[in-house]
Amino acid sequence: MTASAPLLDPTWTALLYLAAAVCFILALKGLSSPKHARRGNLVGALGAAIALVTVFLSSRLANIPWILAAIAVGAAIAAPVARRVKMTQMPQLVALFNGVGGGAAALVALLELPHAGAPEDGWVRLAIVFTLLVGAVSFAGSAVTFAKLQELMTTRPVTFLGLPVLMGAVLLAALAAAGAVVATGSVPLAVVLLALGLLAGVLLVLPVGGADVPIVISLLNAFTGLAVAASGLVLGNVLLVVAGTLVGASGTILTRLMAAAMGRSVVHIMFGAFRGGSTAGSTAVSDRPVRSSSPEDVAVLLGYAQKVIIVPGYGLAVAQGQHTAAELAGALEARGIDVEFAIHPVAGRMPGHMNVLLAEANVPYESLKEMSEVNSEFRQADVALVVGANDVVNPAAKSTPGSPIYGMPILEVAEAKQVVFLKRSMRPGFAGIENELLYDPKTALLFGDAKDSLTQVLGAVKAL
Amino acid sequence: MGGVEVLTILVFAVFVGFEVVSKVSSILHTPLMSGANAIHGIILVGAITVAGQAEDGWVLALALLAVVLATANLVGGFVVTDRMLEMFRGRRPAPGAKEDAR
Repeated sequence: MTASAPLLDPTWTALLYLAAAVCFILALKGLSSPKHARRGNLVGALGAAIALVTVFLSSRLANIPWILAAIAVGAAIAAPVARRVKMTQMPQLVALFNGVGGGAAALVALLELPHAGAPEDGWVRLAIVFTLLVGAVSFAGSAVTFAKLQELMTTRPVTFLGLPVLMGAVLLAALAAAGAVVATGSVPLAVVLLALGLLAGVLLVLPVGGADVPIVISLLNAFTGLAVAASGLVLGNVLLVVAGTLVGASGTILTRLMAAAMGRSVVHIMFGAFRGGSTAGSTAVSDRPVRSSSPEDVAVLLGYAQKVIIVPGYGLAVAQGQHTAAELAGALEARGIDVEFAIHPVAGRMPGHMNVLLAEANVPYESLKEMSEVNSEFRQADVALVVGANDVVNPAAKSTPGSPIYGMPILEVAEAKQVVFLKRSMRPGFAGIENELLYDPKTALLFGDAKDSLTQVLGAVKAL
Repeated sequence: MGGVEVLTILVFAVFVGFEVVSKVSSILHTPLMSGANAIHGIILVGAITVAGQAEDGWVLALALLAVVLATANLVGGFVVTDRMLEMFRGRRPAPGAKEDAR
């Protein structure tokens, strides 16, 4: 099949693209409240479907069988992966999907360059170099965040002597190449720009440490949005302009909200390591004595309390212990104990990630307390049960200026009458720093996999 | 399409984007990020346009690569978001717990 006459005239095309754009706005709007979130997402998918049908009906396209085959391949790869991924691995999958979107935008810009015509089309070429650079940064940066979250590489900040200088040199070279591409329209130079963008993406994300990675994913998400908007300018497609700008703007806000939840500025997260030292963290494990405990002891503590606050963290998530935690909460409530879950905004590996996991385990919505709500309640709690969390309860965030997590709002478990940590080992948490609370006389530790420990505690509570 | 019209649309979209998510609770940050992620997969429309105009073999190959990547972004993004949100839906009390709904 070769190029055929379009079925839709430009007015209908524009109207259908408008309908798709409205669907995307409704989708984002819906996603900001739990009640309409799922419907919102489906409306977004409907918008995408309308847009796809429109592009096939409205333009003279060659190679249609090839295009359909490529769509089938992309869908056949992505859908099963998206359906099967464990909830705990969600953050890295979101990073990966974001990265391939950025890569697609960069490729589209590269292929459009020869069509951008004479220098009087300067602003089109400007949009092309912007898309190329930002798309490449997003692609490579997302690949590095994926590798960090999948633990294919260290989650600690990676810095080396001369990184700021190298970064500066790459950016200057990229600016020079971008200027040259705008002036000449040269495709080989655009390929050089693409390579520089990829390098810049890697250098940008390497120095970002563990707990900050989700914020970078959100930032790169906004970047991809901007790249898509710019590619819309290049192709003269209003839908791409609107959809890309929406994601760019909402992603920017979201990034700032997330950074605020951790008490950081976005600039500090991206460039903090350049100033050296501050996010490095210690790797030493101290040999000071701690009070370890048995499941039976923990069960007695919990079973005779009046109020228990459970603080779930990433350790609970990796152990897939959310169902057991929900069961333990149920068993305690059956004994007349008041049980709540205290959720730090960045518990898990992404803001809101823990809520998703606990919702999966059918923990009632009313039992999930946000940090601002629950912090004043720790004082009345007989036991704070910390399951696989560390950094988000570390008092160093309030007391130790210079600590990598200093300034991050924390859950004030130290206020509870007793604290129990379920931990795999004394190894420091994601941020790589020690928690003084572990050595506090009122703290008891139960070592082991979070799910096993919870199962044993649950058994012991039932036997009380 | 004129530069000023496009600029107008761009500025409006920025405001709508800011407005739509400025008050979202942290509970929904992850699904919202993932949903926004799916939306920028609409670059697929651009990839299809470029592939449909390709005349030379390796341009077509690169364009088809862009189609594959964009489809993965679009389809995967919506599916992952839906799976996350499914868990917020139909909240029934956990068996044996919270029968005394507050």
